[in-house]
Amino acid sequence: MTVQTANVLIEGKPGAGEGLVLTAPISFWGGVDPRTGEIIDVRHPECGANIAGKVLFIPATVGSSTASTILLELVHGRKAPAALVLHEADAILLLGLVAARELGLQSPPALALDRALHSQFDRMQTMAGPNGKLQVVGDALSGQ
Amino acid sequence: MSLTLKAEEREQAARGDGAGMAMRIVAEAARLLGAPKLIDIQSAHIDGAVYHGEAGVIFAEKLVSGGAKVAVAATLNVGALDLTGCSRQRLEGRDRLMAKRMMQAYLKLGCQPSWTCAPYQAGHRPAMGTDVAWGESNAVVFCNSVLGARTNRYGDLLDIACAITGKAPDCGLHRLENRIARFVLDLSGLPERFLKAEMAWPVLGSLYGRLAGNSVGVIDGFLQKPDEDQLKAFGAAAASTGAVGLFHMAGITPEAPTVEAACGGKTPDTVITVTSQMVREAQQLLSTAEQPDRIDAVAIGSPHLSGAEFARLEALLGGRQLAAPLYACTGRHVLTELEKTGLRSRLERLGVIIVVDTCIVVTPILPALDGGVLMTNSGKFAHYAPANTGYGVVYGTLSDCVQSAVSGKPCLDETLF
Repeated sequence: MTVQTANVLIEGKPGAGEGLVLTAPISFWGGVDPRTGEIIDVRHPECGANIAGKVLFIPATVGSSTASTILLELVHGRKAPAALVLHEADAILLLGLVAARELGLQSPPALALDRALHSQFDRMQTMAGPNGKLQVVGDALSGQ
Repeated sequence: MSLTLKAEEREQAARGDGAGMAMRIVAEAARLLGAPKLIDIQSAHIDGAVYHGEAGVIFAEKLVSGGAKVAVAATLNVGALDLTGCSRQRLEGRDRLMAKRMMQAYLKLGCQPSWTCAPYQAGHRPAMGTDVAWGESNAVVFCNSVLGARTNRYGDLLDIACAITGKAPDCGLHRLENRIARFVLDLSGLPERFLKAEMAWPVLGSLYGRLAGNSVGVIDGFLQKPDEDQLKAFGAAAASTGAVGLFHMAGITPEAPTVEAACGGKTPDTVITVTSQMVREAQQLLSTAEQPDRIDAVAIGSPHLSGAEFARLEALLGGRQLAAPLYACTGRHVLTELEKTGLRSRLERLGVIIVVDTCIVVTPILPALDGGVLMTNSGKFAHYAPANTGYGVVYGTLSDCVQSAVSGKPCLDETLF
């Protein structure tokens, strides 16, 4: 089974979920519904997918500087991904997790992993463990 | 974390719980960005007061109850409510209350009630070379590119934290070496007719953003000097499609007297020659509605309209009554002027809805409508309206927008190429 060690950008509660690998950069504001976690940008290839509870792989972020608030709202409303895996640190998005911590909310970890390595986690049941360990633990579709 | 950051954290914590919280956020941002130290900032523009949900209100009120106050002049971006009462938002009950609490919390932190995404046209114009912390993607781009002041793209929790501490992480666009253009966008192959059209600015901005991502480029080959409103339209479109913080235009923007100067005397990594095909595709991407037979609404003013843009709107209307509502978004700095000249009532009589302090993509203003069709001349509205309002978009020039609002049907000038 696939294992990768990512850099920990923001510590959080280790979690597991289906790997959702975005194939295009995303703007959280205007891209993700803060109340449901659904991707709502009609121009985004993964439009209609829901990021809540997923191990979310993000190749890059674009657009509005409101991304941090959207992520904060998702954490507050328990619709955040189980873990976020970025290509590199993105201070705009990740400050949503920093603010969530200030408000005493339990928030997911954010990791950095080369975007070329993201696709192997697509639709696979993935564990985001402590110390940045990302591990495929089963095929999400068959539930094994 | 470095010793300097730790010392600054202790110093700010002594100012109170709110300042301590702000400092922890700034310090964490510095760590994420790999900034070795913090620098002093001269001003801030705060994009945090739009209501997206309860957590944002809890965050702002926690700063207020912790006794935090901004340490530098700080203007506010739009909120979710039009506090002037010019337009009505479809936020009811608890949502309306929370949206108001959100706006009030930022005022209690000492921010100015400017409520505009074009603070640079409302008197907030930091001097070239000064460090500031601005939020709101179009304001960031304008501040860096047109004013030559230095800011990173501050997220809407970090901007208020910077304003309270008066500090920002020393990295990115605050540093001269990162403001150098790495690529050139060459427009010399485009037809003159397109380059002289008003639509060139938002369409090329949109294309630039998609090509640039988060890197800095210089555009060469514009045939005429844009006015501020055209630079505003270019920057807002670029910042919607890419993580753009700074662009240069050779012979136009202050850090780019020439292409060579913008590139810092170095050879650029890439030169992209823009073709008519690329421009046509960029223009097509701005529209999402497929061959609609009607227009339900028209929206202009992202970024907020200037007085000059309102004057053009009135001239294009020529006293004609509108068949579809035209939402014209602006700031209260322009509203005062519109009221003085009587333009507000003249426009409202024709069916224009003036939206102040907010805009149609951050809060529900357009009527809830399944399959609604919105026409706009703003690259930014075109980008965000489908997701944030549910309306499909038809993109055109201001003149197209006015013509369409008058007839209720999409009228597009197809002769640009």
